[in-house]
Amino acid sequence: MLFLSIALMYACSKNEDKIVPEELKITFSVPSNFPSPAYNFEDNKLTNAGFTLGKKLFYEARLSADKSVSCGSCHQQFAGFTQLDHRVSHGVNNCQGKRNTPPLFNLAWQKAFFWDGGVKNIETSPLNAITDACEMGTDIETIVAFLKNTAPYPNLFNEAFGSSEINTQRVLKSITQFTAVLVSGNSKYDKVMRKESGATFSSVELAGYNLFKEKCSSCHTEPFFTDFSYRNNGLDLVSADEGRSHITGVSTDFGKFRVPTLRNIEYTSPYMHDGRFYSLDEVLEHYNSSVKAAPNLDVRLKNGIKLNDAEREQIKAFLKTLTDNEFIKNTLYSEA
Amino acid sequence: MKLSQYLLAFLCPIIFLTSCKKNDDEITADTKSTFTMEFENQVNGNPLVLNTNTYKNAKGEDFKINIFKYYVSNIKLSKADGTVFLIPESYFLIDASKSDSEEITLKDIPTGDYTKVEYTIGVDYARNFAGAQTEALDPTNGMFWTWNSGYIFVKFEGTSPQSTATNNALTFHIGGVLDPNNTIRTFSTDINVANPLRIRTDKKPDMHFIVNAGALFTGKTDISFSTLNFTMGGANSVIVANNYANGLFRLDHIHN
Ligand code: HEC
Ligand code: HEC
Repeated sequence: MLFLSIALMYACSKNEDKIVPEELKITFSVPSNFPSPAYNFEDNKLTNAGFTLGKKLFYEARLSADKSVSCGSCHQQFAGFTQLDHRVSHGVNNCQGKRNTPPLFNLAWQKAFFWDGGVKNIETSPLNAITDACEMGTDIETIVAFLKNTAPYPNLFNEAFGSSEINTQRVLKSITQFTAVLVSGNSKYDKVMRKESGATFSSVELAGYNLFKEKCSSCHTEPFFTDFSYRNNGLDLVSADEGRSHITGVSTDFGKFRVPTLRNIEYTSPYMHDGRFYSLDEVLEHYNSSVKAAPNLDVRLKNGIKLNDAEREQIKAFLKTLTDNEFIKNTLYSEA
Repeated sequence: MKLSQYLLAFLCPIIFLTSCKKNDDEITADTKSTFTMEFENQVNGNPLVLNTNTYKNAKGEDFKINIFKYYVSNIKLSKADGTVFLIPESYFLIDASKSDSEEITLKDIPTGDYTKVEYTIGVDYARNFAGAQTEALDPTNGMFWTWNSGYIFVKFEGTSPQSTATNNALTFHIGGVLDPNNTIRTFSTDINVANPLRIRTDKKPDMHFIVNAGALFTGKTDISFSTLNFTMGGANSVIVANNYANGLFRLDHIHN
């Protein structure tokens, strides 16, 4: 009788699996309007168990020194995985970092990370946050020791990697199974580009798109809305943060930062490497009237970008078509 | 049908060839064995003792050492006939505070007489930018920069009364693989042909190297701690790497 009921339960759960197989299988999908990615999971085979573990680690606040901060505290899904309302990142012991938290999506197409491009591999990009006294304030040995002694982690590592051994590599690879899967490519803009189910721009959005192509896309290049280069857009005469030159040691890189993506820009305020602007109006006013003649200012900006009121509304309307609500609200990526 | 016939015709000789090669191997008895490399840390001829001993640089300035760690990687052995064997996945971190790190064992080395050894002081370009690594390259070893991807190839920390830094600290973290500040250096030395590295199934030779931590501060440029006491990559790291490129390692002898 007992056997029978177990068998029955098994059969039932089997059936359940079959009802929602689409939702359960984690995949990394490349939108048809995107090029092929830089990170392709070759040395880090994507599995449901790996993703599940990575996501759990991403939202695990007990990894930080005072057990209050997880990756997800600074990288919040509803804000495109940046930190809402924080000019600069806010970590353990109420410490303020020096830079604005970048959003996390489409990372598999990035070849360098951070505002200055100092980090070269997505797998190693969480290390700085983990060890920075102002972010999570701990070290990876402590994290590994914690995970070894805390259920259900040994089991989850076993499911993800075939043995319950826990080490730095496995921690980083599983987190990457979460972060690299985050793809945002279902905004209205994408659907218009892919000519999906009759999606079209309104006349204001279309006017904005044309203005954008004329004035912005030399740096904020489609389809990622960044060309991944490092540039100075004239925020200050003398930048307080060295930016790219901190990495290259070359003075012509002083005050340059990676051109940020503009996808989901509606939700990723505040803006710029130090989070100085809270609204898109402030950003556009900067390009219109406040570009400073910094020594390394990008030549394309030496006269600013003049925009009248109507043009600003059009550009903003277009920028809002870059919002991908399917991504922002996808419960697959949410804290359980 | 046609295609598969062609395929078969194509595959047959390959199968045949590979089977031939197998046989050859058995005849020449391609055996493998083991050897060890021992790194004896010194400072200008004196034993390196962390934290307590005082040494002098070429400028006559006193210094003490608290941390001395370095990578030896991509070890290559050459025979007199020019054949080279690159030891796969050879990445080692030698740490003066861990005596068991000072002797490394290399396994699965084709037997024979080797007359040259060569290795990277540090970590090759590709691994600096690769994904998460383990063992010697595990970031927990404190030899990985988290804000500027890449490994610290040689890490030296200590103190000198001449240092103008806080607490008279000396901080020399040498690394970086991008021009113009590339600090990858290779060490290579010929082995006396009269006493080559003889790897045999019944013999596990030991190569004994002297490592001179003092070589960071002299060789090409004599460094004064009053002007250079801190570097983490960049132009000053290149000055230090150019110093140690020749003086850091010396093959002292081989026990065959
Ligand atoms: C205290 C806030 C904070 C926490 C906690 C935090 N991050 Fe970040 N993260 C940042 C900031 C700020 C940056 C940008 C750093 C820079 O540019 O110097 C960043 C950058 C990144 C990047 C690179 C993004 C890009 O486009 O360049 C990734 C990936 C990342 N973090 C993942 C993680 C993961 C995974 C964790 C958890 C282990 C984590 N972060 C925890 C604030 C945080
Ligand atoms: C010459 C290159 C260049 C051009 C042209 C340019 N930008 Fe930028 N943009 C940048 C750079 C670089 C940054 C980041 C600067 C920093 O943080 O120091 C940036 C930042 C932004 C941000 C903030 C994004 C964030 O997440 O923080 C917005 C919004 C923006 N630009 C919109 C525009 C619009 C709209 C246009 C056209 C009217 C435009 N940009 C033209 C280079 C450019």
